[in-house]
Amino acid sequence: MTVHGDADRLRIETLLREQEERILKRWLDIAGAAAGGRADHGVLGGRMREIYQAMLRSLSEGDDSTDLRGLLAELSRIQAREGFTPSDTAVLVLSVKEAVYETIEASEETAALRGYIWFSKFVDDLALYTFETYVTAREKIITDQSEQLLELSTPVVKLWEGILAVPLVGTLDSARTQVVMEKLLQALVETGSEHAVIDITGVPAVDTQVAQHLLKTVAAARLMGAECVVSGIRPQIAHTIVTLGIEFGDIVTKSSLSDALAHALRQSGVQLTQGASKRVVVATERA
Amino acid sequence: MTDAIELPIAANSDVVLVRQRVRTSAQQVGLSLVDQTKVVTAASELARNTLVYAGGGRVRIEVVGNGARGGLRLTFADEGPGIPDLELALTDGWTTGGGLGLGLSGSRRLVDEFDLDSEPGKGTRVTVVKWAR
Repeated sequence: MTVHGDADRLRIETLLREQEERILKRWLDIAGAAAGGRADHGVLGGRMREIYQAMLRSLSEGDDSTDLRGLLAELSRIQAREGFTPSDTAVLVLSVKEAVYETIEASEETAALRGYIWFSKFVDDLALYTFETYVTAREKIITDQSEQLLELSTPVVKLWEGILAVPLVGTLDSARTQVVMEKLLQALVETGSEHAVIDITGVPAVDTQVAQHLLKTVAAARLMGAECVVSGIRPQIAHTIVTLGIEFGDIVTKSSLSDALAHALRQSGVQLTQGASKRVVVATERA
Repeated sequence: MTDAIELPIAANSDVVLVRQRVRTSAQQVGLSLVDQTKVVTAASELARNTLVYAGGGRVRIEVVGNGARGGLRLTFADEGPGIPDLELALTDGWTTGGGLGLGLSGSRRLVDEFDLDSEPGKGTRVTVVKWAR
């Protein structure tokens, strides 16, 4: 059976080599139709030719398929980035079976037909491998994006000369706080600000970890000579913090961002006067 | 009237997910905004304890009712090292993990019923209930 199997396998290899142009053309047709015109045929054709040749090399050299796997991984990465689904990618590889089968049928050779079973398994393995690399590639993209989001979602804005604000929205975990703290401290240095408002209106729940992160950020800012005000403490959050037993010590907290801004302005010696025309007049006291 | 969800706690993102599911269930039961926030915060503390001290576990979120009023029961179970001294663990400010030491004791104050069952080497089970007023 093994001898027989080897002979069949050899027949398939020869057929694949002899009919290379024909199979490749058919493969591209089938894969192109499956992709529904979304793929660039020229680029895809070149890539498939490379894969086909690597497949031939891998078949003749036995178990060493590093080249082939490298090419397939590259294909998966590109497909993932271009928004194809994992099935699209697997179908692309699997469609080579159809192309090969048609060629075998035309050649009317039973040996090649028997070898086809073995070839089919070989291609299935490759398709599974593309599936796996596709998932890995997709995960990498997601990790990259969440890192970018981390950067995006923590802006430090200037409210007034010498007053910065950090509006926090969403879940405050260790990684996020690290970014917030670094950005805030950096901005304090760059702008020479002495006041910062950390607004937690958008933070849904303040647990001990969030509180600890906040306390550390405030302490770090203090070491640099800046005073922080924590604003956006809603009634339910205040209730929870008290019940949990978290002490905010001498850190100034306010219920709204505007209260915090007013406090910071007072602290930096800015006087706000409300005139008859409701126009806000601003004067700065020079110390 | 039982409506239970079981969630795994294996990573930081799971803690966020637990928090979201608890909030949704708390709204279903009809807890007030303050009570919602309290039970969500307690869930956050207990889920993080499960993750940090036991390396992971599971949480069961159940909607319970005793006829007159509805409530939310959360059961956090892990197979971690367990807690050797329960009284010490429930003391404000006591921590072995570098936190504020208020997670367990604070959670007890945030909920209406609190049951801590732990044995060294066997794991820990914390059951809390918050009733709608």
